[in-house]
Amino acid sequence: MKKWICIALTVVMILSFAACKKTIKVDEDTFADGDQYEYIGGELNVLNWGEYIDPDLLTLFEQETGVKVNYIEMTSNEEMLMKLRSADSSYDICVPSDYIIEQMIREDMLQPLDMSKIPNAKNIDPKMIEITNGFDPGNKYSLPYMWGTVGILYNTTMVDEPVDSWGILWNEKYKGSIWMYDSPRDTIGVTLKYLGYDMNTRNEDEVAAARDKLIEQAPLIKGFGTDEMRQSMIEGNEALAVIYSGDAFLCIDENPELTYIVPKEGSNVWFDNMVIMKNAKNVEAAHALINFLNDGAIAARNTEYIYYSTPNKAAMERLDPYFTENEIYNPPQEVLDRCELFHDLGDFVEIYNAAWNKITSK
Amino acid sequence: MKRKYFAYPYIVWMILFIAVPMIFIFYYAFNVDGRWTTERFVQTIANGDYWIVLLKSVEIAFITTAICLLLAYPIAYILSNMKKSVAAFISVLFFVPMWMNFVLRTYAWYAILEFAFPKLLGVKLLTNSTSNTIAVLVVMVYDFLPFMVLPLYNTLSKLDRSLLEASRDLGANGVTTFFRVVLPLSVPGIVSGITMVFIPAITAFTVTAMIGHGKPNLYGNVIEKQFKSTSGGFATGSTLAIILLICVMVSTLIMNHFDKDKEGGSIL
Repeated sequence: MKKWICIALTVVMILSFAACKKTIKVDEDTFADGDQYEYIGGELNVLNWGEYIDPDLLTLFEQETGVKVNYIEMTSNEEMLMKLRSADSSYDICVPSDYIIEQMIREDMLQPLDMSKIPNAKNIDPKMIEITNGFDPGNKYSLPYMWGTVGILYNTTMVDEPVDSWGILWNEKYKGSIWMYDSPRDTIGVTLKYLGYDMNTRNEDEVAAARDKLIEQAPLIKGFGTDEMRQSMIEGNEALAVIYSGDAFLCIDENPELTYIVPKEGSNVWFDNMVIMKNAKNVEAAHALINFLNDGAIAARNTEYIYYSTPNKAAMERLDPYFTENEIYNPPQEVLDRCELFHDLGDFVEIYNAAWNKITSK
Repeated sequence: MKRKYFAYPYIVWMILFIAVPMIFIFYYAFNVDGRWTTERFVQTIANGDYWIVLLKSVEIAFITTAICLLLAYPIAYILSNMKKSVAAFISVLFFVPMWMNFVLRTYAWYAILEFAFPKLLGVKLLTNSTSNTIAVLVVMVYDFLPFMVLPLYNTLSKLDRSLLEASRDLGANGVTTFFRVVLPLSVPGIVSGITMVFIPAITAFTVTAMIGHGKPNLYGNVIEKQFKSTSGGFATGSTLAIILLICVMVSTLIMNHFDKDKEGGSIL
């Protein structure tokens, strides 16, 4: 008897879990560009960064098109490339950064976008299109998803002097309380900027100078982090962190004692673009998802959820001034003027990797 | 004859998950962009940076193993002298944390060291290489201690009690009995415990990545970074993996040399 009650309860529980599958309400405000989605069906394998989309939007997309979305997360461009290169890779769509897209185009991993299937691309800010042309001429293969800068997030209760230079990261006063970013291009890149060099330099001496500068810094830093830096900064554990603008905005939202700046020596402006893989199986659904995410109302909802800056002009018009008037979310032109894009370095990246090995083994 | 068939799934398993990956490692080490060459292999071996990291890894693994042995021996000894039912209960307690995922346990340690300590005691623990190294050692000892306790407990509980009585009858005191009788007889357990701790410790990379954030950087982390790097890291990573493999094999052979009777259940 007891056994049957147990089984019955288990069945009820499983059924109630199944019943919990969310449906998203659709009304006239859901889409800015009209409900233009038709049934497509099949599956779509999406590879994206962690916490980088409003999950409700994926459910809504599934509802609208009947496509089953398999959403997989990664933590770095390098990890993404590794996943895509493996023989059984079956991803349809992914969201790599600028210099990686350059490399993927060079290695013939992507397929050209069919713009007739992405009418909502008209919503993207022409200024952003122009910048992304720097790594994907004519946006043949990619459309911008989110963008931002790299800068310093710091705790105003712990840092006394005004912060305007990367030099603060070499200040003995903050020993053990400095987070650096766990990525060779970002960390060596900002050091190159601090030393007055180009972030994409192919000069071995300049890379060596940056390497020595970082080795000199090694005893001062807490470590090299990625996503875990957010919690640590929000809790007020550490004083300074090299971080992406979107993460910084999110942290400041949780802890108002934090501030973010883009140092005067200049920094990196980056774009994460949506691309369709050459061997994509559901090309129709992949285009539909890109079109869907470029709808003004959808893009606005997405950026409100993840706090990263949207390149979508229609979305910007819908956003609360809390976002649009924030200089981290929407940096003024003079900040953008001192930032540059990362470019694919080809084989020269090995010089960076070797330098990175030296730095991290200290 | 018929019984041989039962071994086939195991042979298939070994080929798929041991032999094939090995072939891949060697393939990637000597085949760069579809061309056979030893250039990368030699380049990697000649790079002193990797050897410094390897030494550091050996050092950390050695210290971890030593601490585990010093802690585990008394525990196993006390357990083996207890009533069977009590000992069984306590060894289950040792096992319970191991049912939980390794990464989760390490993450829990990160939360304790990074957030709980500063909040409760106002002390920041993870601030420099030295403190991070100590933290990494603590977590590694925590993670690997059961692997040392269990083989030791097995060997010690199988010890013939009449030998101890004989030793006492012949006039040896407790200390002499321990060093002349118990310790030599538990060598197989010690050897297998050392093997089971040293090898995972030397290849460890999750603990350092999650607790130390690259400080200290161990050999496992370097290999991981190579495979994740955007260009041509496969050759370097595979070469480093081969070197590590050789280290593991050498240490296993040394250990087997001490455990001639294979009582502790050897690996190679």
